[in-house]
Amino acid sequence: MEHGNLVVSSSPHIRSKESVNSIMYNVIIALLPATVAAIYFFRLRAFLLIAVSIIAAIAAEAIILKIRKKPIAINDGSAIITGLLLALTISPAMPLWMAVVGSVVSIGIGKQVYGGLGSNPFNPALVGRAFLIITFPVQMTTWINPIDGLATATPLGLQKMEGIGTGYLELLLGNVGGSLGETSALLLLIGGLYLIYKGIIRWYIPVSYLGTVAAMSLILGSDPIFQLLSGGLMLGAFFMATDMVTSPVTKKGQLIFGIGAGLITIIVRLYGGYPEGVLFSILLMNIFTPIIDKYAMPKIYGEVKSK
Amino acid sequence: MKKLTFKGGTHPPHSKKATEKLALEKANAPKIVVIPMQQHIGAPCDPIVAVGDEVKVGQKIGEAKGFVSVPVHSSVSGKVTAIEPRLYSGGTKVTCVVIESDMQDTIHESVTSKGSLEALSADDIKNIIKEAGIVGMGGAAFPTHVKLAPPPEKNVDTVILNGAECEPYLTADHRLMLENPEDVVYGLQAFMKALNVSKGYIGIEDNKMDAIEAMEKAAQGKEGIEVVALHAKYPQGAEKQLIYACTKREVPSGGLPADARVVVNNVGTAAAVAKAIKTGMPLVERIVTITGEGISNPKNLFVKIGTSFREVIEQCGGFKGNPQKIIAGGPMMGIAQFNIDIPVIKGTSGILTLSENELQLSDPLACIKCGRCIEVCPIGLLPTKLESFSSRNMLMEAENYHVLDCIECGSCSFICPAKRRLVESIRLGKAQVMAEKRKAKA
Repeated sequence: MEHGNLVVSSSPHIRSKESVNSIMYNVIIALLPATVAAIYFFRLRAFLLIAVSIIAAIAAEAIILKIRKKPIAINDGSAIITGLLLALTISPAMPLWMAVVGSVVSIGIGKQVYGGLGSNPFNPALVGRAFLIITFPVQMTTWINPIDGLATATPLGLQKMEGIGTGYLELLLGNVGGSLGETSALLLLIGGLYLIYKGIIRWYIPVSYLGTVAAMSLILGSDPIFQLLSGGLMLGAFFMATDMVTSPVTKKGQLIFGIGAGLITIIVRLYGGYPEGVLFSILLMNIFTPIIDKYAMPKIYGEVKSK
Repeated sequence: MKKLTFKGGTHPPHSKKATEKLALEKANAPKIVVIPMQQHIGAPCDPIVAVGDEVKVGQKIGEAKGFVSVPVHSSVSGKVTAIEPRLYSGGTKVTCVVIESDMQDTIHESVTSKGSLEALSADDIKNIIKEAGIVGMGGAAFPTHVKLAPPPEKNVDTVILNGAECEPYLTADHRLMLENPEDVVYGLQAFMKALNVSKGYIGIEDNKMDAIEAMEKAAQGKEGIEVVALHAKYPQGAEKQLIYACTKREVPSGGLPADARVVVNNVGTAAAVAKAIKTGMPLVERIVTITGEGISNPKNLFVKIGTSFREVIEQCGGFKGNPQKIIAGGPMMGIAQFNIDIPVIKGTSGILTLSENELQLSDPLACIKCGRCIEVCPIGLLPTKLESFSSRNMLMEAENYHVLDCIECGSCSFICPAKRRLVESIRLGKAQVMAEKRKAKA
C-alpha cells in the first residue's frame, strides 16, 4: 500500500468554498438588473458607456500591474466592478472618452497607487466619479429623460432648485432623469437584497445608512420615502458603502459608518450646494474607517484579566 | 429542547456520513506496537522495561516524571525488541518502546477491578486515573488527573463532558455515546466525586440527536447530571466555548476553566476512566475514526495504542485513488503527516485521508477586509490584524490585540475568501510572544 508525496501544511485542512472571485462575481450579478435597466432606458448610449468604462478599468488595472511587476490579477473581477459602478454613476449624456478618463483615474489613483486590491482607503469608483464631477461638471450634470430623450433634471435637482416633486412609482421604476444606474430604486434594492441573502454583505451598513436618511428626513421635515428612492442612495447604500476594503470590519463599526454616511447625505441634500450627497458621504466616511476600526472592536471572550 | 451555543463560530461541512452509522469494531491485533514515552502534554516518561523483557497487556512500561505527566502501558503481551527514538504524529522523534506481540493478549496481574465508585475516595479516584495513564482523549492529551486537582480556592462546582465532536469527519465520540453511554455517565460520576461537585453536564451537538437520546437514557435518575443539546457549530467543542454554552460563564483571559469554576473532560476520557475503575485496565486502546475520501472503507475502530497508521489504513481497505493528505485528528485542528509508519497514540481521534477532490490548495491573495474572520472568531479577536502583526514581528502590538487569547481553532483560515493563512501566522506570533515573556521572566 503506497502513497505519493503527501501534502504537509498547517491546519485547518479544509477551506470554505467562498473566494474573492466568488464575492466579486456575486456583486456583478447583483448589479445586473440595474445595468440591464440602464441599457433599456438609455439604449446604445448606455451600453457603450458601460462597456467602455469596464474595458478601460480592466486595461488600466492590467497595465499598471504589469508596470508594478505584479501578477496580472484581472480575473478577480474587482476591476470589472469598479468600471461598472463608475458607469452607473455617470450621466448618460457623458462623452465616451470622459468615461475612459474616469475609469483610469478610478483604477490608477483610486486603487493602484495605494498598492492595489485591499489597500485603497477610498472606494475607487467614487474617486473616479469625484474626479469627473470636478473636472467635467457640465457633462456630469446634464441629464436626459429616459422617455423622450430630452434634457431634464434629476428628481433631487428638481426638488431642490425648483421645488418640483416626483412620484414614488416613477422613482421606483426608474423612468426619471439621473445617472445610468441610479434611476430605478427597485432594481437596486433587488440587487442589494440578493447580496444580503447570499451572505456577501451584511445588512448593517445599508440598513443603518438608509434608516438614518429616513429618520433624519422625518425630523428635518422632508419626505423620507422620496429621499430614500431618489438619487444615488440605493446604489450607494448597497454597493458602494458596503465595499469591504473601504468600510469598517466589525458590526459595530459598520453601523457607525452607515449612520455617519446617512447624516452627511441628508445634510448635503437639504443644506448643501449640491443636490446629491451620497458620493461625498461615502468618501468622507471612508476617511473615518481606520479610526472606526480602531475603536469599534468586538468584545473579547473572558476580557476580565484573571487574578 | 433548547439548544445552547456560543458567540462567533463557523459551519464547515460535517462530512460525518461515511462513518456515523458504522458500529465500532475491534481492529486486528497488531504484530508489533511502537509505544511513545510521550503521548501527553507534560514531561515524557522514562522507560522501565529493557530490550528482551517480556511484557503483558496493561503492564506499566514508562514511569511518569513529575506531576504533569502520566505513565504509559503496554497494549499487547510479548517481548520488547527495541527502545529507540521513532517518528510520531507530533512530527518529531520521541523515545518509543517497540514490542513484538505474542498474539496471546495475556493480561498483566496488576489489572484488577478497583471496586465500586461508592467505596472509592476522591484521592483514590485521582490516583487510579493517573496510574491508568489517562489523558484528554479529544486530541490535546492533557493529563486528566491534573485537571481534577484544581486549587481549592477556585471553588469548582461543575464538570462538563465534551461530546460536541465539532471536528468535521470524526465520529469516534458519537459512536462511543451510542454504544457505551453507561461508561460515559459512570466516568462523569467519577469526575464529580473526585472534584466533590454536584453538577455535571454532557454537551452534545444537535447533529447527533441519537447520541443525545442515548445519553439522556443512560443519565436518567443520575443525580445532578444533565444532557444538553448544543447548536452544531464549529468550534463548539473548544473548552471555553463549551463552558460558555453550558453555564454562560467565561473563562477569564489568561485563566483556566477552573477560574470559571468548571472542569471539562472529553466523553472518551470519561469512558476510559470507567474502564480503569471497573476493570483496572489502563489506557491501552482508543477509538479512532478512519475516514476521508482517500480511504476505501471508512471505519470506527478500537485500536491498540502503538498500532501503526499503515496497519490501520490497510484494515480499512487501503487508499482509494491517490491520497493527498493524511491527518492525525480532524481537518480543522489535526496535524498533517508525511509518513504513515507512525503509531496511533492516546490523542489520535482520527486518521483522515483527503483525496485530491477534498484538498483545497490555493495561494493566499491580498486581504479585502471583508471581516469574515472577525465575525467567526469565537474569542472576538481581529485575526486579520493579528496576522499582519505576527508576520511583521510586531510582537507588542500582537500582544496588545490579545494574540495569547487565540485558541487556534482555525475558523479564521477556514472562512477567509482570500485563502490567507491566518491561524498559521497567528500561531507563530503567539509562540514568539510567549517566548519573549519567558525570556523576560528569566
